[in-house]
Amino acid sequence: MSDIVIKVENISKQYRLGTVGTGSLAHDLNRTWYRMRGKEDPYLKIGEANDRTVKGSSEYVWALKDINFEVKQGEVLGIIGRNGAGKSTLLKILSRTTTPTTGKIKIKGRVASLLEVGTGFHPELSGRENIFLNGAILGMTRHEIKSKFDEIVDFAGVERYIDTPVKRYSSGMYVRLAFGVAAHLEPEILIVDEVLAVGDIEFQKKALGKMKDVSTKEGRTVLFVSHNLSSLKSLCTKGLLLINGEVVSEGSINSTINEYEKRISKRLDSQWVNKFDRDNAIYLDSVYILDSDQFQRTNFLTSEDVFIKFKIEVKQPHKYVKVGFDLIRNNEIAFRSQQVDAGNISSFDVGKFSLTCVVPGNLLNEGTYSVKPQFSIHCVKNLVTTDEYVAEFNVKMDTTLTEFHAVLHENNHPGNLFPVLKWEVIEI
Amino acid sequence: MNTTDTIIEDDQWDQIIEPRGKLLDLNLKEVWRYRDLLWLFVKRDFTAQYKQTILGPLWHFIQPIFTTVMFLLVFGKIANIPTDGIEAIPFYMSGIAIWNYFSSCLTATSNTFVANAGIFGKVYFPRLVIPLSTVMSNIVKFGIQFLLLLAVMAWYGYQTGHFHFASTWLLLPLLVLMMAGLGLGLGIIISSLTTKYRDFNVLISFAVQLLMYASPVVYPLSFLKGKSYAAWIAWNPLTPIVEAFRFALFGRGTVDTAGLLFSGGFIVIVLFLGMLIFSKVERTFMDTV
Repeated sequence: MSDIVIKVENISKQYRLGTVGTGSLAHDLNRTWYRMRGKEDPYLKIGEANDRTVKGSSEYVWALKDINFEVKQGEVLGIIGRNGAGKSTLLKILSRTTTPTTGKIKIKGRVASLLEVGTGFHPELSGRENIFLNGAILGMTRHEIKSKFDEIVDFAGVERYIDTPVKRYSSGMYVRLAFGVAAHLEPEILIVDEVLAVGDIEFQKKALGKMKDVSTKEGRTVLFVSHNLSSLKSLCTKGLLLINGEVVSEGSINSTINEYEKRISKRLDSQWVNKFDRDNAIYLDSVYILDSDQFQRTNFLTSEDVFIKFKIEVKQPHKYVKVGFDLIRNNEIAFRSQQVDAGNISSFDVGKFSLTCVVPGNLLNEGTYSVKPQFSIHCVKNLVTTDEYVAEFNVKMDTTLTEFHAVLHENNHPGNLFPVLKWEVIEI
Repeated sequence: MNTTDTIIEDDQWDQIIEPRGKLLDLNLKEVWRYRDLLWLFVKRDFTAQYKQTILGPLWHFIQPIFTTVMFLLVFGKIANIPTDGIEAIPFYMSGIAIWNYFSSCLTATSNTFVANAGIFGKVYFPRLVIPLSTVMSNIVKFGIQFLLLLAVMAWYGYQTGHFHFASTWLLLPLLVLMMAGLGLGLGIIISSLTTKYRDFNVLISFAVQLLMYASPVVYPLSFLKGKSYAAWIAWNPLTPIVEAFRFALFGRGTVDTAGLLFSGGFIVIVLFLGMLIFSKVERTFMDTV
């Protein structure tokens, strides 16, 4: 006896880049010629890992490469990865809309896939007709749909519009109806791709709740792809991390998410060296993000101090020099700070100088902050030409601060800053 | 179907997804399981087409009536082509009805993959459901045109006493089925061939038009007797069906069993080949469409 319901063995998927034309015809003919002689497809031997950011030399890429994993009955597996990591390709293969290039997948039980809500909805048909059509496309029999019909209409909250063509629906009603049909499917295995990222907050909560019911109360197996880490965390029991088409980590959802965050945060730069402006008589040389031990770092807790260090080089003495930065979170300036704010020196003789700003602990909120340098001669001249954010760092909630901090994260605690301020509590 | 709480042997999987399926993987059982969907697609095709029209399905009368008038003028009056002793109007109407059914089946199913890529890319169901539903919804349109033909025949019958119900009418369903099979078979072959290279799509609508002139739609087969190219027209598998359709209705026409058997054999081969190619292409066409 075994309770494994999905077994993925060495799945790979190759795609050809570029357009279809005479070039691809030549390859097709060549492939057929090899197959006729009983040989292996010659184009399977080539192909590169699917890193879309670098220019490759081969026309063929592996969107997935040697994927192996198993899913047990009742597990909710979260598939995590950056855009283009192969998540959707994997779901497409599992839901049989395309086939793998090599490998094998064994499945027990009926699979329903929800790669999109409202597949096959026809704008001219009424809500009622579309429920039946969409349900049947997703694999329900007419009988099953009939027995669920009232529940679906109720879930979507469109009773009044049920005999109106769906093209007259508001987009919210449309999505609710579509998700309603999907949510009332009763397959043994449900495959869901990011469909919760639609509708308003209230609906998303409802949809998430429904998903949770499906997995925990009804004991179904669910495969779930999302970029929303908090919904993954609350829904899934296990995680699978894909990077460039390969499985990098597999295990509990928390460890997988941690691994993912670690990989992602590697991309943040704790150091920036200015390549422009070096011929100027005074220029900004570099920017560093440091911790209290003067080590470069990109991950901080909310309770920790963050040191932002600027190095400048002066070839001719200057007065009224302002060095500072804008700290940016979610594309908004959280604040600006400059050395002159605190009345520090603003005249520099020839030489190299370092200026360090301490962003104290318990001031920043959880999230990713970017540093945009500000460097100028007061009211005369701007000295940095770059418009980029030059260095970035992550701040994580220090959940040990109080018992209330334990459940906080950037989604449930708004604001670009989270200063711990003084509160007086008195009985009156 | 396994329920979740039964103990399943290790090797008993419900589904195995592999790069290449078995050669003869027609999956008709699965199509049967999705029969509700098939029916809903037929309904959708039909109702969606007439939403926001006043005349609704009556529009199906307009096209054959005008085509008949045109044929009557061009082929009957100007070219003076005989109509096998049948009144010209029912002669043309019958040809148009059966021909339209074939050509609409063929052109609609030949577009299956490209036109439905949106749905096919998001959810799995047996792809064959779509062309089958097309053929079935076209049968409704054929039915409407056929009713019009019957009305015209009844009127002629009342006037001249020519037409009456005959036992040959029992052949009609078979002939319609043959047309459906031929349209479906050729259609799915073309749709399979055009997922990657669209060249055939350019050809198809124009080829169907030419094919009509190679079939006895606007002329009876007897008109070609003794002409050198008559043999070529007889080799067209559509020819015996169109002639037999008229023979079944009016009791006049050139029909021989050998011809019909040839058409039948041709249809079986085309259908089988079509389903074979179709089931092979449906597995990966999303990557190339």
